[in-house]
Amino acid sequence: MAFVRHTIDINDCKLSFVRGGKGAPLLYLHGTDGLAEWPAILDTLAERFDVIVPDHPGFGASEAPAWIDDVSDVAYCYLDAIEALGLSDVHVVGQSLGGWIALEMAVRSTHRLRSLTLISAAGIHVKGVPKADIFMIDPEEHARLAYADPTKGAEAAERAGADKYQDLAILNRIASARFGWQPRFFNPRLERWLHRVKVPTQIIWGDGDRIIPPAYAEAFHRLIPGSTLTMIPNAGHLPHVERTPAVTQAMQSFLRN
Amino acid sequence: MSFHLMPYADLDLSVKDSYRTVWVVLPNSYYDPKKGHALYNRYLDELELCAELGFDGVCVNEHHQNAYGLMPSPVVMASALARRTRDCRIAILGNAFCLREHPLTLAEEHAMLDVITGGRLISGFVRGVGSEYFSFGTNPVHSLERHQEAHDLVVRAWTEPGPFAFEGKHYHCEYVNLWPRPYQQPHPPIWCPSMGSVETLEWAAHPDRKYVYLQAYSPVEAVARYLNLYRELAQRRYGYEASSDRIGWSTPVYVAQTDAQAVDEAREHIEALFNVFLPKQSELMFFPPGYMSPESLKRALAAKRGHKGGVKIEHLIERGIMICGSPDTVRRRITECHHLMGFQELVCMLQFGTLPGDLTEKNIRLFASEVMPAIKTLTDRNYRGFELPRVAAE
Repeated sequence: MAFVRHTIDINDCKLSFVRGGKGAPLLYLHGTDGLAEWPAILDTLAERFDVIVPDHPGFGASEAPAWIDDVSDVAYCYLDAIEALGLSDVHVVGQSLGGWIALEMAVRSTHRLRSLTLISAAGIHVKGVPKADIFMIDPEEHARLAYADPTKGAEAAERAGADKYQDLAILNRIASARFGWQPRFFNPRLERWLHRVKVPTQIIWGDGDRIIPPAYAEAFHRLIPGSTLTMIPNAGHLPHVERTPAVTQAMQSFLRN
Repeated sequence: MSFHLMPYADLDLSVKDSYRTVWVVLPNSYYDPKKGHALYNRYLDELELCAELGFDGVCVNEHHQNAYGLMPSPVVMASALARRTRDCRIAILGNAFCLREHPLTLAEEHAMLDVITGGRLISGFVRGVGSEYFSFGTNPVHSLERHQEAHDLVVRAWTEPGPFAFEGKHYHCEYVNLWPRPYQQPHPPIWCPSMGSVETLEWAAHPDRKYVYLQAYSPVEAVARYLNLYRELAQRRYGYEASSDRIGWSTPVYVAQTDAQAVDEAREHIEALFNVFLPKQSELMFFPPGYMSPESLKRALAAKRGHKGGVKIEHLIERGIMICGSPDTVRRRITECHHLMGFQELVCMLQFGTLPGDLTEKNIRLFASEVMPAIKTLTDRNYRGFELPRVAAE
């Protein structure tokens, strides 16, 4: 499936995204590693959806103007982008940091949204359940922690070690810190508004997630009215990469309904 | 000037086997307050001795949550020194104003110190080392912005009649009206200690500021590069000639009767500083994201990569990271470096790592009697002078 790169200007933020496929619009919001490694699941989704994949402000090819301070700014930016592109009934899929952004969008407005899929999402804090501090550890260790399968983790660590001083990796780490440094990857005010997520919501989590432990999946499931929860066995923080067929299946059956 | 880091010299050095670092994550159960009591008082005695022996200044600084430097508040130490010293400068090198939610608390404390001492305070403005952004939670991405804004707020608070409102991005204060105002006019001298950052140099050398740039211990060629960069930026970018009293160098120094004895006595203590007190959990713990520009980060990491494994004193002396030897050697070395770099401020760290009290005192006394008189006479006449390189360095 061919994806084509576009740029859109939102409030002086040059937002870069790729778009491919046909069908209902599906917005995929990436995690802290950006799109340095393209998730194959997006190619599968593009067979049935019009898949739109932006680089978040400050990541990859998107700019980060000084006014973008936190995730709520990013959320407004994407709500504006959906409007500017004339989209409606959008399926939003967010992984990790992207899941947090998706939630910040949904508590503000679900007017143009059709559904939400949260894959190992950040955004809230469960007392007594720490997330891994990805800023304290080296990128190699971060990559290892992201997978449940040690072999896949070791391979990812090798790739991360080779890339960690590359411009893109440095840029993505800075952008991650901009949004997630303090408090670490959550907004204390988000939880109290999660009842406003009034679109069908699916929560997908790896049962072996060591970055954001599965207790967060249960918390989201409790806090978001009518949400469904799918635990993926033998998967870490990137279940859509590590267990692509299982996640694809869960997503397709949810999105069909 | 004499600088103290006040390390936890009684640290059980075997922690190195269980912890990758003594910063942020080393449990504070390794700190014994009774030993700490003795150390703090010993260290203050050492600085007071320096003041008595005629040093121009005594210097303290700020670090958090580590065994490397036990002055989370250098203001406390400067206050202790304020009433026990008479003539010398008291330099806080520095305080991280931008780590605070409200930098005016520090502005007030510095003003108090300046008034108590009758204008003997030097205020160092730093951003804090990277690991301090873990300790404080402050977002490193905003570090430079907050640093500059905190500075603007503090200098205005020191100099402008209050009350006035300060309207910044990170700091917004309805009432700025400092009581007391600083003793020195317009305000205490501001120094910028740095491990070597182009961003800091550009900011310090700006004609609105012309602050003293103090390069903290680094290989001597890096010191020369950064100090020359100050002069170069002044001349090429800002169109003025930087005077040598804007240029400072900070380095560990150890003097003993002979070269061999100096190396022998200093070895385990300086090696402890570099091999136990300095290593970080990960490279990125020292350089958290956004703390420096991607270009500076790549330069810093490339420079660090040469340092893997145990550091030996011979290597530190050879690379000019420390000065160590007989009085004659140390005098000669400092004179040579001055000839090359023309610094008018030399900040000596005469206690380092685990160096015990008796050796520290001997070092201080020998330095004061055998080295200091000669180097106090060094002026621009002994400096080879600055030549603008044909190609811009940065």
